[in-house]
Parts: sequence; C-alpha cells; structure tokens
Amino acid sequence: MPSLAIEIENLSKEYPFGFLHLKKKKSLEDLTMQVQNGEVFGFLGPNGAGKSTTIKLLMRLIFPTAGTARILGKSIEDVAMHQNIGYLPEQPYFYDYLTAAELLDYFARFHGLTAADRQERVQRMLKKVGLDTAKKIQLRKYSKGMLQRAGLAQAILHDPQVVVLDEPMSGLDPLGRREVRDIILELKKEGRTVLFSTHILSDAEMLCDRVGVIVGGKLRGVGTPGEMVGIASSGMEILFELASPELRFPLVEKAVKTGETYRVHLDESELYPALDQLKAAGARILSVSQLKPTLEDFFMNLVDADRAQANAVEVSGR
Amino acid sequence: MRNVWTVATNTLREAVRDRVLYNLVFFALLMMAAAILVGQISIGIEQSVIISLGLSAISLIGIFIAVFIGVGLVSKEMEKRTLYALLAKPVQRWEFLLGKYGGLVMTLAVNTAAMALGLYLALWSVKHPLERGDWYVLVAVYLILLKLALIVALAMLFSCFTTPFLAILFTVALYIAGVFAEDLRTVRAVDLTPATMKTIRGISYLLPNFENFNVMGAVAHGKAIAGSLVWHSTIYAVLYSAIVLAVAAQVFSRRNLK
Repeated sequence: MPSLAIEIENLSKEYPFGFLHLKKKKSLEDLTMQVQNGEVFGFLGPNGAGKSTTIKLLMRLIFPTAGTARILGKSIEDVAMHQNIGYLPEQPYFYDYLTAAELLDYFARFHGLTAADRQERVQRMLKKVGLDTAKKIQLRKYSKGMLQRAGLAQAILHDPQVVVLDEPMSGLDPLGRREVRDIILELKKEGRTVLFSTHILSDAEMLCDRVGVIVGGKLRGVGTPGEMVGIASSGMEILFELASPELRFPLVEKAVKTGETYRVHLDESELYPALDQLKAAGARILSVSQLKPTLEDFFMNLVDADRAQANAVEVSGR
Repeated sequence: MRNVWTVATNTLREAVRDRVLYNLVFFALLMMAAAILVGQISIGIEQSVIISLGLSAISLIGIFIAVFIGVGLVSKEMEKRTLYALLAKPVQRWEFLLGKYGGLVMTLAVNTAAMALGLYLALWSVKHPLERGDWYVLVAVYLILLKLALIVALAMLFSCFTTPFLAILFTVALYIAGVFAEDLRTVRAVDLTPATMKTIRGISYLLPNFENFNVMGAVAHGKAIAGSLVWHSTIYAVLYSAIVLAVAAQVFSRRNLK
C-alpha cells in the first residue's frame, strides 16, 4: 500500500462566468498537499474557501483547470480507484422515493457485493448510524440530520480505505455530532484514512492528526493543530471569587465579572503581584491557567488578513 | 453492464413509485372508453376508430413521458445532487447515462404494454373474436415504442448540455421537424436554388425520420405491415439512438457538476 493516501499537485479550478463566459473566477489556486495513510486530516476554511471544490475535484464531480491528484497511488481519473473510497457530499440529498435500507442496498450493488453480504452490511451500517428503527421509512420523510446519517452510512458501507467527508457535522444536533466524531475515530482505529472538511474548529482540534487551512482558494498552512497555532503562551488567566462583593482593588477593576466569578487576563510577569493582591484580599482562587492561541485564533487571523487584502485590492482598483 | 442494469432498475422503480405514471395509464383507459362511445355512434367503423384513437393516445402519452421525464433523467439528478454520491462509486458516467436511458425505455415499455392491453380490451368489447388483422396493432405499438426510445435519447442529449426548459423545447422542435423529414426530401419549390434544395434535402436525412414509425393508418384499416418495414425501422431506431447516446455520453463525461 502506498504511504500517501491522497496526493494533490498544483490543482487549480477556474469557473467561467459573465457574458459568453469570457470572465473567469478562480475557486482553487495551485493546491499542493498530501494526506498520509491512516491519518485523520481536517480541511478547514470559511464558506466559499475552496474546500468543497477540492473534494469535488477528487471525486471527479468537476474537472481541474490544471494539476493532478492521486488517491492510493492511482489517478483520480481511474474509476476502479473508487472501489476503495467513500464519499459523503455536503448537505446530501438522496433518492427520496427509497427507504434507507433500499438506498444502501442500491449503492452496495456498485461494489459488486453479493445479496447476502449486502443485506448484512446494510443492517450493520443502519445500526451504526442510528437509523435501524427508521430503515423502512422513505427518505422524503427524513430530517436533515437523518439524511446526513444515511449519507455517512453509504460512504463507509463498503469498508473503503479512504473516506472523504464534506462537512459531516453539518445539520446534526450535539448528539449526532458526537456520534459522527465517534465514527471518525473508529475509522481511524481501523487504520482508514479520513479527509473531512469543516468550519467547526473544535471538531478539527478534537479529531485531526493534521489540518490544512484554505482561505480564498489558497492553502495557507498544513500541520498538526498544535503546530498551526504555535506553542507560545499569550498570557495567563486567573479565575477567582471575592470574600465580600464590596471589596475593590486594582485587579478587580481589570477583571470581568460573570455571576460571582471574576476572570482576568494578564502578562506572565504580572502573575505573582496579582496573586499577592488576591491573597491580601482573602479571595478564593479558582484557577490559574496559561493562555494559548487556539486554532480559531489562527484561522480568524488568516481570514481577517485575506479580507484586508481583498479590500486593499478593491480600493486600488486592481 | 452490471452498473447499467442497477441504474436502469432503480430508474424503473422511481417511475413506478411516481404517481404521474399511474395517472397517465388511467388517462389512456379513459381514452379507450371514449373510443367505445365513438364506436357506438359510428356504425360499421368502430374497429378503425378505436384503433386510431387508441394508438394516437398511446403515442401522445408516450411522447409526453419520453420528453418530460427523459429531460429530467439527468437534469433532476444534477439539480437535486443525487448524482454526487453515485458518481463517487466505481461507476462510469456513460454507465449512469445508459442506465437512466434503459430505465425509462423499460418504463415506457411497461406503460405502452398496459395501454395496448386497454386498447385490445376496448376492441374486444365491440367485436369478438378478434381477427388476424387486429394483431397488426401490436406491430404499430412496437413501432411507437421504437419512436419513444429515440425521443428519450434526444431528450437526454439536450439535457446534458442545456437547461431543462430549453432541452424540452429542442426535443419537441426536433420531433416536429422529424415528423416532416419525409416531406422535406420531396419538397419542390420554384423559387429555391438547386444548392438550397440540396442543403434542405441533406438536412432532412440528418433529422430523425419519425414517419418511419407511423403505421397507424394502415393498421386501423386492417392492412398487413411488411416485415421489412419493421426490421428497417428497428435498425434505424437502434442506430440513431446509439449515435445520439454516444454524443450525450461524450458531452456528459466532461460536464462539471456544480
């Protein structure tokens, strides 16, 4: 088995628009990245960043203007390669005249499974995604979350080596999101590769071995969530409660009060003098923690920079 | 061919679960009832009236299904994005296209057969036993089915590169032009140059000749249909449809799904 599950080289996609399609809009620009075998890779970006475009290119739903991509060492043009991949489209919609069991059976047929094997897998998958009680209901009566689950089931039905999920948590309630997270972790445990796109950063931080951040059609960085945000501390945070609410001293003026709890952010050098003040006032210290930039901070910085650049281009009339 | 068959049977299932088809069959039966009524007030020509009206209804309803559902076969899947998960499976785009085509042709075959049965029941109600000439109705029904298969192919081709509305418009326009293809070949106009006449004649040969499949008049009067006509029409429909589907597959193979 090749060590790389997905290899993308200089992939670009332009869409023609306007009168006679003379103008072109770049949806993806020169994307080069790799996903290792067996890792969970999160593809992060705001709406319209190029995440779905990349995934659709990999699934040959759209065709690149330039560049190539391989999955498990085979060109994406090779249809046989699709035997080993599973795909969940963004906001999936399926044949609504079918039941979930019929839909899964229909998709399983394309993988050449026998009738007995299909039946066993369909039952197992419906149970796995929590649809076994609704398996005889036509999909037109399904909620968005139930459709998402059916979509997930069809993506992993045939035990694919590489699973590509486009916004798998979208439309799910907290319980559903947790179940999808569990399924992704289970897939990882089984040694499968998972590439999923999301703009929910906590999901990426929780699940991903590595993440790639894409903004404005350009890849802005790839690394572990830790590497992406850096390890430098950006200060300290103290949570405390006062013995008497009337007490006033400099630290209290600086703090933000929520209920009975005060929260204050300080430089590391200010920590000990602050603790002295709290000790002198007889305050109850609830926690002292180091502040680190989150993936969200990193992400927002990139998006802000991108918007600033776009505005600058607009102002200069380029 | 396994993938083609899987898509085709699912397309048939979709049509069967679609109530529009049932309504159309009901409409056909209603037409038969009307035919019986007309037969009762047209002394001596009940048989030809019933056959003419019945075959016309089968043809019209079939054309309606072939055009409207034919155009929707691909465009509806693209619009609703049901195609996305399917094309991520080990399925070639041409297999999907051929499967959808086969599914609708099977649907039309079932629908046409049901309507033909209704026609025979209507015929039997005014005259029994049936005569040898009455069985030529089956030949006419078969030729209508060939015509419908060709219309589905054209509808699919247009839906592969344009909007559903324009695809319907193009298919209907081409059907009407195809009905008059024979007339274009024999057209004589004094004010046209020989070069223009040649061009018109050339175009008439490119158009699908739908008159090839029309034997309604002869069958209604109990006349025999030559075996050679059936064979020629079959080969014509198969070849023409195959060419149209090949072009459709080529167009669809590089189509970006948004």
